[in-house]
Amino acid sequence: MQLSNQTIMMKKMKYRIGANKFAKLLFMLSAFFGLGVLAVLFYQVFSQGIQFINWQFLTGKLSTQPERAGIMGAILGTFWLMLVVVPVTMFLGVGTAIFLEMYAKKGRLVGLIQTNIANLAGVPSIVYGILGLTVFVRLLDLGNVVLAGGLTMALLILPIVIVASQEAIRAIPSQMSEGSYGLGATKWQTIQRIILPAALPGILTGAILSLSRAIGETAPLVVIGIPALLIPFPGGILDRFTVLPMQIYYWTLDSSLVAEYANLASATIIVLLITLFVLNSSAIIIRNKFQKSY
Amino acid sequence: MVVKERIKEAPFSVVNNETWKKPIYETHGLNLWYGTSHALKNIEMNINEKEVTAIIGPSGCGKSTYLKTLNRMVEIVADVNISGSVTFKGNNILGNAMPVELLRAKVGMVFQKPNPFPKSIYENVAFGPRVHGIRNKAMLDMIVEDSLKKAALWDEVKDRLHKSAYGLSGGQQQRLCIARCLAVDPEVILMDEPTSALDPVSTHKIEELIKAIKNDVTIAIVTHNMQQAARISDRTAFFLNGEIIECDRTSTIFTNPSDKLTDDYINGRFG
Repeated sequence: MQLSNQTIMMKKMKYRIGANKFAKLLFMLSAFFGLGVLAVLFYQVFSQGIQFINWQFLTGKLSTQPERAGIMGAILGTFWLMLVVVPVTMFLGVGTAIFLEMYAKKGRLVGLIQTNIANLAGVPSIVYGILGLTVFVRLLDLGNVVLAGGLTMALLILPIVIVASQEAIRAIPSQMSEGSYGLGATKWQTIQRIILPAALPGILTGAILSLSRAIGETAPLVVIGIPALLIPFPGGILDRFTVLPMQIYYWTLDSSLVAEYANLASATIIVLLITLFVLNSSAIIIRNKFQKSY
Repeated sequence: MVVKERIKEAPFSVVNNETWKKPIYETHGLNLWYGTSHALKNIEMNINEKEVTAIIGPSGCGKSTYLKTLNRMVEIVADVNISGSVTFKGNNILGNAMPVELLRAKVGMVFQKPNPFPKSIYENVAFGPRVHGIRNKAMLDMIVEDSLKKAALWDEVKDRLHKSAYGLSGGQQQRLCIARCLAVDPEVILMDEPTSALDPVSTHKIEELIKAIKNDVTIAIVTHNMQQAARISDRTAFFLNGEIIECDRTSTIFTNPSDKLTDDYINGRFG
């Protein structure tokens, strides 16, 4: 028998063991590649920017002199932007998910909406920027203010929030809602008292993760036309604004003229990264804390 | 059809010296389709007030479907077509005349797998009353205590009412689900194989509980366990392939069934 021929088996054995080791190495390298690049980025950014982070930098206004420039305007801009994005995406996202999972009859319409949401999640962010420019900035004549930027960002992350919320709702065993209906609860009471509390951790996790995407997003705001000029701190959602990633973008551009701007960009990246890190960690903490077993 | 003829005599053939009970549910010519599959065929059956009615039959015979028709839960699970009539205390429940929420308040349901809500024991029992608009704290406290006592669970949980219901054992969870039903003060409780996921001791406790509450509520119970049907029920219906073969006093069904199929099933010759 060919298979039990010892010499052939031994000859192949060497190759098989070699291939086994090679496969392990290959996958290990691909896993560490990303980590390595991230480490290089961190080193680069931190070594260049950390000494420029001080109170004056964090609370100061933009300035034509790099040594006096601060990012308070961008921090406030990011804050106001989130104040628009969070309620809009939470309401529309969770609302859409509830409709699709709890009310809509599984059929062609739902299939169509579902496919559209999946497609929207894949649309490049710059296209959302053009949408925002056309609809919010020009058609609704809002101008390039926080509200217009926030609504654009909300649309951008909406598909992610919808899909995360749908999955959170779908993960609740049907026995839960059946128990509620069985006691004579209406659909809305069931959603309110059983579905939403049980789905909340999953929904929040998805929302926070998508929010950190919105905080770091630049392209749509470039299209909407965020001024690179010295503007006063935004005091509300109808003010013109800039955000942290935009600041990084402009300072990196300017660094070809004045080299010091590159340091400011690095310092801003550190602030942005820490913000995102805090947000993502809180998402993980929420997920672990409220994870329920049924 | 053979079945039809048999049914004419079956439900009312009971003329013995026991007190005559009034039917709370009357089913006439009930047909039910899941898509194209004909799950219930021409069901004629009554469920009497303050009795335990057991529904037995092999898997897929339609017994659970019939039970879920009685509080219209069947419509939640799948798209169904229903014809015929089912009346609850004289009111047809299949039309829009009676809101399902009202029907389900009067007709509670206990499921195969204990399904307490991810809330505290207290909140589980208070859920029903709250849904129906009771907000008064003292009132809720009273209902919760009363329901847990009726479900023979009070002594075991009175010190941890505000702890998660998931800390209870499977049998306790099922009794909690029964307490949750009782809190709405239903007239009927439908039980869909309530002990099939439980150990013998827990099963025994649930059976004792059923015997204790049957003076106050009507119970319809689907069970795979024929001994259980024999132990706890007053009347038994035997379903097969979506048809009702026989429905009679439990003692008659188990000792002297009028249909050979019933006899074969009870004696384990099929099913």
